[in-house]
Amino acid sequence: MNYMSEFMLEMRNIRKEFPGVVALDNVDFAVLPGEIHALVGENGAGKSTLMKILSGVYPKSSYEGHILINGETKQFQSIKDSEKAGIAVIYQELALIKYMNVSENIFLGNELAKNGLIDWDETHLRASEVLDEVGLKINPSTTVINLGIGTQQMIEIAKAIAKKAQILVLDEPTSALTETEIGNLLELLRSFKSKGMTCIFISHKLKEVFAVADRITVLVDGKTAGTFKTEDLSESRLISLMVGRELTQRFPPKHNTPGEIALEVSNWTVLDPEIPDKIALDNISFVSRKGEILGISGLMGAGRTELILSIMGTWGRRVSGDVRLFGSPVSVRSPSDVISAGISYLTEDRKGSGLVLIKDVKENMALASLKKRTSGGLIDCDSELIAVEDMVEALRIKTPSLEQLVQNLSGGNQQKVAIGKWLLTEPKVLILDEPTRGIDVGAKYEIYVIMNRLAAEGMSIIMISSELPEILGMSDRILVLSDGRLAGELTREQATQEKVMTLATGGK
Amino acid sequence: MADKRTIKTKHLEEKSFTAALADIIKNNMRQYTMIIALLLIWSIFTLLTKGVFIRPRNLSNLFLQMCTIGLLTGGMLLVMVSGNIDLSVGSVCGTLGAIVAYLMTRAGLHPIIAILITIGCGTLVGCWQGFWVAYRGVPAFIVTLASQIAFRGLTLLVTNGATIGEFDPGFKIIGQGYIPRLFFKDAPLHDLTMLLTLIAMVAFVFIEVRRRRKRIAKGFAVLPKSMQLIKLILILAAIGGVGTVLGSYMGAPYAILILLAVVGVFWVITTRTPFGRHVYAIGGNREAARLSGINVKKEMMKIFIIAGTVSAVASIVFTARINAATTSAGMLFESDTIAACIIGGTSTSGGVGSVFGAIIGALVMASLDNGMSLMNLPIMIQYMVKGLILLVAVWIDIANRTKK
Repeated sequence: MNYMSEFMLEMRNIRKEFPGVVALDNVDFAVLPGEIHALVGENGAGKSTLMKILSGVYPKSSYEGHILINGETKQFQSIKDSEKAGIAVIYQELALIKYMNVSENIFLGNELAKNGLIDWDETHLRASEVLDEVGLKINPSTTVINLGIGTQQMIEIAKAIAKKAQILVLDEPTSALTETEIGNLLELLRSFKSKGMTCIFISHKLKEVFAVADRITVLVDGKTAGTFKTEDLSESRLISLMVGRELTQRFPPKHNTPGEIALEVSNWTVLDPEIPDKIALDNISFVSRKGEILGISGLMGAGRTELILSIMGTWGRRVSGDVRLFGSPVSVRSPSDVISAGISYLTEDRKGSGLVLIKDVKENMALASLKKRTSGGLIDCDSELIAVEDMVEALRIKTPSLEQLVQNLSGGNQQKVAIGKWLLTEPKVLILDEPTRGIDVGAKYEIYVIMNRLAAEGMSIIMISSELPEILGMSDRILVLSDGRLAGELTREQATQEKVMTLATGGK
Repeated sequence: MADKRTIKTKHLEEKSFTAALADIIKNNMRQYTMIIALLLIWSIFTLLTKGVFIRPRNLSNLFLQMCTIGLLTGGMLLVMVSGNIDLSVGSVCGTLGAIVAYLMTRAGLHPIIAILITIGCGTLVGCWQGFWVAYRGVPAFIVTLASQIAFRGLTLLVTNGATIGEFDPGFKIIGQGYIPRLFFKDAPLHDLTMLLTLIAMVAFVFIEVRRRRKRIAKGFAVLPKSMQLIKLILILAAIGGVGTVLGSYMGAPYAILILLAVVGVFWVITTRTPFGRHVYAIGGNREAARLSGINVKKEMMKIFIIAGTVSAVASIVFTARINAATTSAGMLFESDTIAACIIGGTSTSGGVGSVFGAIIGALVMASLDNGMSLMNLPIMIQYMVKGLILLVAVWIDIANRTKK
């Protein structure tokens, strides 16, 4: 299967399906030796999936297509296989063991052992060498937890170099870094290039992409939109490529009219709970109105979910800002305060933090509103049953019985159970975080209908979504967040995919 | 299933008898297997002891023996359903037993006052452990392990290393005594016990019928008539059976009545109160519970306070039965209690478990103790058998979960 190829890495006709969705559809991706190749696309365009195929996280049997390295066909069953072929992937979530020291981390899984015992002198020596290569001047026996995120990122890269990586893949490497650290990282990538290393760079921040990339491949909805030389592209051209789809998805007609201000958040500034002194949300102010659907858009890491979680009182350290509901201040110390004030929040991760999967439909739906149905310390089971049954009917949840465990329902019906749970709290403001993630088209449409009905009945709905068509099709007004700041606000009439994406990627 | 209101009453009533039966068996498989396992264990011991095991005298003793562990399972159930564990119950019971004994003998307090103070102490122990688990974030495993060691020391301190014994008959009666006969002093059956049994049976029928009527009136699903009748007969048979067994020996012990009362309270807590629901939600998905507005810390605190209080009740019953507080009292109670909960279907990873199951589990553990002692098996064999049964019970739990 050997043939001469100008490409260092080729991925051909890659097709990957998840139950119900085609994540990648005949994607072609080719990287020249010694270049910095940027991979860009919206949330969910398939960038991370493609890299997981390259790194062997998804084994050979789970996708179609071929991977060629230097013209030679490769089959990766595991991360170990791809590492052997010289591929190192550095993920958004750093994979360092926090309580081990730097050299232990660098050689984790590739320990330098002699006769079954680790040779620590050799380990420290080699660790210092690779640290030198990435320009880090730290003692290799420092415990990782004592180091900043930027340094940890560099150690990840050092780890890749220690594995003798030929192709370095960086997935959103700059999202947690400060400006100076980003500068250092980009500088390091350029110096690697001069030494002949090949680099794949995934980023939402187009400024960085234009600063370092030689070529750019654009993915749109799991398809390749093309590969371009950086000098042939302008920022606006790139954005229109990224959103270059036809709006075919159908949305139900809307009959709601925004009324008085329901929720008012002002001067909201919050520090990141894990990265000291990093301002995660920077002076954000917005309002949502009665009978309105307010869309919140932004790319991964822009701070959308964090904004809502901090308003619910469960995330970050608040520096300034207050929340008002119909003019009266809301205490945001804990979710129960906020929920009883009339603000309910559907989480983006329905399995992880939305539902108790091992409990049944009835218990899940009643969970957040038990207080309303308790008298004399006992739950009124009959009124609970009636309320849940009516909600099941109103939302048309398909379940054989109220005693069915939620884990046995389809994704769409699970999501409706979660929505029903919050509707039973009779909220004035309902915040929906990715309300249609991972559910099929039919169920999506039903949820849109429910949202429109609730808005028409006078509820104030805030919807966070990563899907641009959904944001455009459902919102009366759109807030766009970028890097923890409110980048702009668009009305339904003003909004286009390009405008939202320009704001989201930090453009003007 | 095209009808959009598939949940409706009529749907279930239209089902044939066999289909409904299949449904019920499928939904309650776990509980039925437990009861069948219990009956199997009883049959085996009856065979091996040539019928001694099944005699009213022995069964009466068996029920009395299970009281302490039975009481403790209530608290342990809450702790385990919330996804935690309590390793301290044995030591805590020992200390509280020593305290009640000390208060009555050395301090010379009236038993009722001593009991009230001891229950207060149990609540305090719960506050102490709950504080560390809920508000200081120390894992329950560690907090209760620390208590296990520390309270062993406290027991030695209170007892001064010696056995405190021989209590007022009014106190002893809690652990050993039987309710008095009313009129028929020489009847073959204990009259008051039989009367209470009868009252319980009538009350049960009354409640069931009323509930059924109410549900039908509101349009909720109810069991088919035939099925309801069978359920009623089986449960009445169980109540009557236990009552008759107790009645044909010495009557109902006070300890059993206390156990029934506590079990009743826990049944209400777990099924009818918001707190109970919260406990299951916390164990099932802590993050979802928190985001649903549940104050997880406060509820964790409550769980330990309840567990501590019920430990005090158990220690009083136990001390009264032994009629002494010893330095080693309560040893291994934690393993018996945890085993009882797990055998009764409580999940080791939280979120699943029932009071009914835990009590059956306690009965299984007590039956093993009782049966093996009747067979004169050496104590080492008894320990090994119990250890193995615990291991297998957990394995069944895990195998069940991974299958899904």
